Amino acid sequence: MKITKTKAFNVFFKPIWESNPVSGQILGICSALAVTVQLKTAVVMSLALTFVLAFSNLLISLMRKFIPRNIRIIVELTVIATLVIFADQVLKAFLYDISKQLSVFVGLIITNCIILGRAETYALGNPPFHSLLDGIGNGLGYSQILITVGVIREFFGAGKLFGFQVIPDAFYAAGYENMGLMVLAPGAFIAIGLIVWLQKTVSKE
Amino acid sequence: MENLISIFLNSVFIGNILLAYFLGMCSFLAISRKMETAIGLGLAVTFVLSITTPVNWLVYHYLLSPGALAWAGFPGIDLSFLKFIIFIAVIAAIVQALEMIIDRYLPPLYMALGVFLPLIAVNCAILGVSLFMVERNYNFIESVVYGASSGFGWMLAIVTMAGIRKKLRYANVPKGLENFGISMIITGLMAMAFMLFSGITL
Repeated sequence: MKITKTKAFNVFFKPIWESNPVSGQILGICSALAVTVQLKTAVVMSLALTFVLAFSNLLISLMRKFIPRNIRIIVELTVIATLVIFADQVLKAFLYDISKQLSVFVGLIITNCIILGRAETYALGNPPFHSLLDGIGNGLGYSQILITVGVIREFFGAGKLFGFQVIPDAFYAAGYENMGLMVLAPGAFIAIGLIVWLQKTVSKE
Repeated sequence: MENLISIFLNSVFIGNILLAYFLGMCSFLAISRKMETAIGLGLAVTFVLSITTPVNWLVYHYLLSPGALAWAGFPGIDLSFLKFIIFIAVIAAIVQALEMIIDRYLPPLYMALGVFLPLIAVNCAILGVSLFMVERNYNFIESVVYGASSGFGWMLAIVTMAGIRKKLRYANVPKGLENFGISMIITGLMAMAFMLFSGITL
């Protein structure tokens, strides 16, 4: 059997492009916009979310036979919140500056609809290994959008990538100017709208 | 008093939780198709925010913040890392309780808001406002004003969006840009319009 036909492969790669959680299913855009002014914060946020998503899927899938149906939401939220506290403490300990910039948005991973959505629709009904892959796949799909928006906003807004000057000084001397709009909130909305347009047009063909 | 007015103006217009901090986007995009439901959800969010923010303020300042447990004889304890899990539990509990109270005593209000209340527990705007309230060190009165006016700002944004989307039905949107894409770009333009208020200072 070809590897592209196996279940594990599909579970892992489908959410990265085809059914991308952000642009395909419109989930979890709250944080996708707020942390993308700089590429650095976008990458850290992506890592934190992928971590939480992968492990919440794994843990909930392991417990799926013991969770009573009526209180499943509160159980899921407890698992997610615990993982988020863990991620937040690690960021505060090792990447203090970035965790200050991310401010409340690390905490808001709890209410990110992607995580609760995957727990409800996938982890509750599938074995642990596939749930873990589904979590990582969805996390990477989210990261892909976040990093693309981060690149666009930092490149056009500040002429930098990861804080390093990318656009040469000669351009500025010749009259090039940074696009202030991209650093502000409206730039994020418009950038993500255009990315969705591109993705929908490309994937239709 | 001036301080409170400035918090109100700031959280309704300049620092609108939806248009400047991107909170509550999921339900904003999903529920803004019809005017009536948009108003209903907006009212429900305002209502829940005005209650949960002050309650979370009390919880934070008397149980979680560094040294808050001094009244119980534990001045050295700092539980602030627990705030995420406690806040979300408080919010879920309050929403559940409100749903039951409204159902029992105010049936007409329940008919209008009932369906939206369970959705609200996982709306990021609610948790976000509580976390911002901690980060900005508001006092109790300020947190009441901040909660209510953030909710009002969110409602203003979703009702405006519902109005625009109604007109949009007659527009000829390019293929692939329909629904989600165009909604994001419209929200971007709205955010730009709201930024004009940032000149206001008190």
